Amino acid sequence: MKRYVAFFSVLTLIFTISANTAKQEGYEVGDYATDFNLEGVDGKKVSLSDYEDAEGFIVIFTCNTCPYAKMYEQRIIKLHKTYADKGYPVVAINPNCSERSPGDSMSEMKKRAQEKGFGFAYLQDETQDITKAYGATNTPHVYILDKENSGKLKVAYIGTIDNNYKDADKANVHYVQDAVDALMQGNSVPETNTKAIGCTIKWKMS
Amino acid sequence: MKKLLFIFCFSGLFFNGKAQDIPSYSFEELEEKIITESEERALVVNFWATWCAPCIKELPYFESLTEAYAPDKLKVLLVSLDMDKERAVKFKEKKKLQSDVAYLDEVDFNKWIDKISPDWSGAIPATLMISPEGNSSFYEGEFTKEELYEQVKRFFNKTD
Repeated sequence: MKRYVAFFSVLTLIFTISANTAKQEGYEVGDYATDFNLEGVDGKKVSLSDYEDAEGFIVIFTCNTCPYAKMYEQRIIKLHKTYADKGYPVVAINPNCSERSPGDSMSEMKKRAQEKGFGFAYLQDETQDITKAYGATNTPHVYILDKENSGKLKVAYIGTIDNNYKDADKANVHYVQDAVDALMQGNSVPETNTKAIGCTIKWKMS
Repeated sequence: MKKLLFIFCFSGLFFNGKAQDIPSYSFEELEEKIITESEERALVVNFWATWCAPCIKELPYFESLTEAYAPDKLKVLLVSLDMDKERAVKFKEKKKLQSDVAYLDEVDFNKWIDKISPDWSGAIPATLMISPEGNSSFYEGEFTKEELYEQVKRFFNKTD
């Protein structure tokens, strides 16, 4: 089986056309993340600087409409319940253009948050500037930020929530939990980058 | 063993009046299939799912590739990443898909996405082209029909 893995890794990429220029931008682990000021489902604008007591954040680009986002919804709610009091709240950002994806409009976001009892801030990135700055490509897409003493927010993890999208109980590697636990204990994050299948972000038509 | 399984599956077609099944693969099995298939002819692998609107939109273009090229020149493999395989089976039946359809039975995407292409963010649609010489090209995002044909021509150096 090794042969196949090797075969794939030596394949030459003759040319790659990227449909998504935002992919080249965005943060890598170790970069400092920007704060934002985005409208939430309670009608108020939310910034990370509003959370004075936070030690960091679990920023999740997610939405109402993507089947994977829905499958991870309960896990996102649970992450917030587990870590908000410990200083790492979930802040969810819906990156989708609501004209292209009407199910992701602010009114639909409000409904969803209420029905499911989100508990965390659920914000809309109407201009998609923050999504581009972070470099999110899929929903759900997680960025864990660690707040330094200076108040700067360092990206500590980028990727998926765990290793089984279908069944939370069967997941046996919990990337986000492991990363936050490590940060809380002052340890280095065991796995800082993962990839997850998800839905493409619905970018505005240019 | 594999042969036996194949015969078993194949005979199922005749005795089973229901929708035609789609074979399930682990990533290792799929990788093996991709390599074997690509050694014989140009191979276009498209990753899709029934819930993915842009994937459904571009599927007819891949289907038309299957019709446009002789089977020994170019093959299209549609790899369904559906959560529920039955949806892909029904879709295939409804749309009468002519291309080879496979179901990837994996839940840990982080384990294999990089092996298809390190450039893949994990979003679909995504398409991999492999020539019999072993060269590959990866494309993330949706194709128009023209773009797909253009890419096939450029990559495989074929005109029809």
